[in-house]
Amino acid sequence: MNEHPALLLEGVYKSFGENQVLKGIDLIVEPHEVVCLIGASGSGKSTLLRCVNLVEQVDSGRIVVEGEDITSKGVDANRIRRRIGIVYQSFNLFPHMTVLRNITLAPREALKTDRAEAERNARALLERFGLLEKQDEYPDRLSGGQQQRVAIVRALAMRPHLMLLDEVTSALDPELVAEVLAVIKELAHEGMTMLIATHEMGFARDIADRVCFLEAGQILEEGPPERIFTAPEHPRTRQFLGRIIEAGRL
Amino acid sequence: MLVSSASTVLFFAIIAVVVVFAPGSGVVAERFFSPSHLWQSLVGSGGNPSVLGAFLLNVKIFTVSEVFILILALVIAVVRGIPGPVFFPFRLVAVAYTDLFRGVPLILVLYMIGFGVPGLDLGFISYLPDVTYGVISLVLVYSAYVAEVYRAGIESVHESQNAAARSLGLSRWQSLRFVVLPQAIRRVIPPLLNDFIGLQKDTALVSVLGSIEAARAAQIYSASEFNYASYVVAALLFVLITIPLARFTDRLIARDKRRREAGALA
Repeated sequence: MNEHPALLLEGVYKSFGENQVLKGIDLIVEPHEVVCLIGASGSGKSTLLRCVNLVEQVDSGRIVVEGEDITSKGVDANRIRRRIGIVYQSFNLFPHMTVLRNITLAPREALKTDRAEAERNARALLERFGLLEKQDEYPDRLSGGQQQRVAIVRALAMRPHLMLLDEVTSALDPELVAEVLAVIKELAHEGMTMLIATHEMGFARDIADRVCFLEAGQILEEGPPERIFTAPEHPRTRQFLGRIIEAGRL
Repeated sequence: MLVSSASTVLFFAIIAVVVVFAPGSGVVAERFFSPSHLWQSLVGSGGNPSVLGAFLLNVKIFTVSEVFILILALVIAVVRGIPGPVFFPFRLVAVAYTDLFRGVPLILVLYMIGFGVPGLDLGFISYLPDVTYGVISLVLVYSAYVAEVYRAGIESVHESQNAAARSLGLSRWQSLRFVVLPQAIRRVIPPLLNDFIGLQKDTALVSVLGSIEAARAAQIYSASEFNYASYVVAALLFVLITIPLARFTDRLIARDKRRREAGALA
């Protein structure tokens, strides 16, 4: 299985009605690689992640996960999604369940893990991320940062091979961003394969093995962060990063 | 507090004065509020059925109907929400059902089921007790209303909840069962209880098929004794059982409001 890339996108197109959001995306993510997608809002970062997670269907092109074409007809979307964890900007925890139940629901129902084992795994993850004392709380009792960390733990509980993070700090108060980014850094150090859409340029520079700059549904430029952030080749990339620096975000 | 007490006292004083000093006041007091007739109609006498005893039938009809309504309505609401072209005929049936049974007056449904089904001569289905046809009619009509209440609840759960569940690898059904429905049902409990208060009263209509429930027992008493106290008794029994449910509904609504406000602060 390891000879395949973790994720391969080939000529992916996606439009919503008249609006072409993705215009021929080609991208490879190798196992244990962390790839950051940067670009303005509306450049297609989130749509790209949603297509990989089969929340949206591509119009044309292929998406291959560990050698399996997930865009072919008749593929079991539920099975694919279990291997891919996704965390959204707005946490989307289940408000009627405790933290522990939020985390154990999918392992128990989708993977048929028995309750004791699912809870043991969930507690181990919560402990690792400093959330164990919150296991019996309901989500509305947690801060935004805690909620987002629980959402990450919930995705990890499915033991995904690939994590997709969609602007996971954008809805957080600035002082809560760091605790979430720390969790993601730890995952990167452990070798989790990740595709991350982010506005946190400093974070992208620290964590990414590779940075892709998206504009109007295309990857205009990609490369190691030290090159993209210091010597971008494409004028649009320079313009984008210039605006970010002006805004004091890098 | 003082103003509200004063205004309450004044309000009821005016009504009392109007009733007591009306020209027919004495006759009304005798026909509607005679203590001996109130008591006799309540417990039954001289071959007249007891209104209280008959009211137990209302309670039974209500309880049995409610269980079936909660189930059937949920099925209809869920079926109406299944996406995909394959399920179009199912959705169509669900829509037609709610349109039909919300539109037809309950009393006409009672006549059609209660007199129509026995007329079909379909083996045991045509030879059920009258009260069973009454329950079937109530279930058919109220399920259409309650299905819409459920549907409003399901649609009030944000799509991102379903998306989060599906992204974790849960199936459409699992997402509905564990994530969407529990939140939806919690939100619609107050309007559901409101519909059930209506159902409690409408159990009286089952009498058109011949079942002797409270309203019918009251009618029998008044026809033989020429006194309407039995109607007052029946009305009081209905009110007595409705008030606790109404107060309970109010409490749930207040609790939900508190929760929403607490949630907005967090």
